[in-house]
Amino acid sequence: MSLSISFNINGQPRTVELDDPRITLLDLLRERLALTGAKKGCDRGQCGACTVLVDGRRINSCLALAVSLDGAAVTTIEGLADGERLHPVQAAFIAHDGFQCGFCTPGQIMSAVGLLAEGQAGDDPERIRELMSGNICRCGAYRGITEAVLDAQKALDGSNRENAA
Amino acid sequence: MNRFEYIRPASVAEAVGAAAQPGSAYLAGGTNLLDLMKVGAYRPERVVDITRLQGLDRIDWRPDGGVRIGALVRNSDLASDARFRKTYPAVAEALLSGASPQLRNAATVGGNLLQRTRCPYFFDLASACNRRTPGSGCDARLGENRLHAVLGWSEHCIATHPSDFCVPLAALDAVVEVEGPDGAREIAVEALYPLPGATPERETALTPGELILAIRLPAEATAVSRNARYLKVRDRTSYAFAVVSAAAALELDGGVIRKARLALGGVAARPWRAWDAEAALAGAPASADAFARAADLALAEARPSGENAFKIELARRLVVRVLQQALEGTPEAMPALPASPFALTSGASHAA
Repeated sequence: MSLSISFNINGQPRTVELDDPRITLLDLLRERLALTGAKKGCDRGQCGACTVLVDGRRINSCLALAVSLDGAAVTTIEGLADGERLHPVQAAFIAHDGFQCGFCTPGQIMSAVGLLAEGQAGDDPERIRELMSGNICRCGAYRGITEAVLDAQKALDGSNRENAA
Repeated sequence: MNRFEYIRPASVAEAVGAAAQPGSAYLAGGTNLLDLMKVGAYRPERVVDITRLQGLDRIDWRPDGGVRIGALVRNSDLASDARFRKTYPAVAEALLSGASPQLRNAATVGGNLLQRTRCPYFFDLASACNRRTPGSGCDARLGENRLHAVLGWSEHCIATHPSDFCVPLAALDAVVEVEGPDGAREIAVEALYPLPGATPERETALTPGELILAIRLPAEATAVSRNARYLKVRDRTSYAFAVVSAAAALELDGGVIRKARLALGGVAARPWRAWDAEAALAGAPASADAFARAADLALAEARPSGENAFKIELARRLVVRVLQQALEGTPEAMPALPASPFALTSGASHAA
């Protein structure tokens, strides 16, 4: 049985023929579409390395069946920067040393982008730590990650104020 | 993962028809189903994807002040709904204490109720598990069992139900609306989970093909909105299942309790409503003595199923604590660490 599904991935419409309904969104991205930014860490929804945005919301792509997301808009780490211009969250991770080995970083950044869109953390580091708890960093770069998210929140607040003015 | 037939029904009737066939599983958020299928603990031949069914993703307020939550409402959407948070704060707090933001964005409220136990022997195909494979035995009985049940367990199964959400739901008399091959019916959340007895493989009261359409919280439960809490003890600060949890809500008349609602999580195969404790609290002064007596009554029938006697005393202390926090009042803003007993000040706002 072949299943034809359509996505908008990082702004580009894509149609994919699936020969097997078992394929997860993560495997689709990595193995069929050559988007290897999202990482397969635990493959069980426990580590967050596979985090992407689906219709603007952060999810674990390892626990989503691709076929079930037919028609969705997916944003991966590859779709975040505007050409050579980094997304504010990417820039903040570099500025604050929010990583060491880098394996968890695409998931951390996508999770942080989702967190900022949710708008529940404000400038409270305790809320940011709690709301980033679905992303594990075995190098232990949590301090830099929290500072990066705080900084990105400030940058976004600033640009929102500019836009409003 | 085993091969399966993928079905995307266009209506509830079509979904129920497809899932009534043996070997079928409903797919919604998939956060638990895919996990189980990846390790082979669950091998459905047919996966019925209900995510496209219309009208099941709404939060509807009823004229009497109660609420009807569609089964496909995502955990995060319910928890962040301003009116829901204000009206049923302990339920929102429980939701936000469970899993991670990514999982809460995907997981639906219907699926939350139907998630399977996290007993590691249930997941491990090399272990005996009566719940997964009836009659095979229970390796948890003599295994690593510090997190297992202390209430309502049997020699056949000592697993707990992992949901946080269903604990305040049980305390607040929530019901689920179900549609099945034989028509529609309603089931109280507490009654959705049979105790294991000799048939732990019978995990819910649902029959094959039955589908949860909605969860309803009654208007009467809004009487406790200002004195409702959920507390959850975990092995780590966040993103962990409960060792023990408790939901408490009080209707107060001055310093006297008019009505109390109390349920425990992480202690049994169902959210454990503490009926005797509630009865003892009704009409009693809201005092430390009354709360201690309620805690004793709530755990009166508890017994360890292994190396988990500590959970009984932990649950007693948590009952006292959650009743005390309910008395102090629902926090103005959601605590930064929802349901955490380690929050800096109980009942105080952590809002930025």
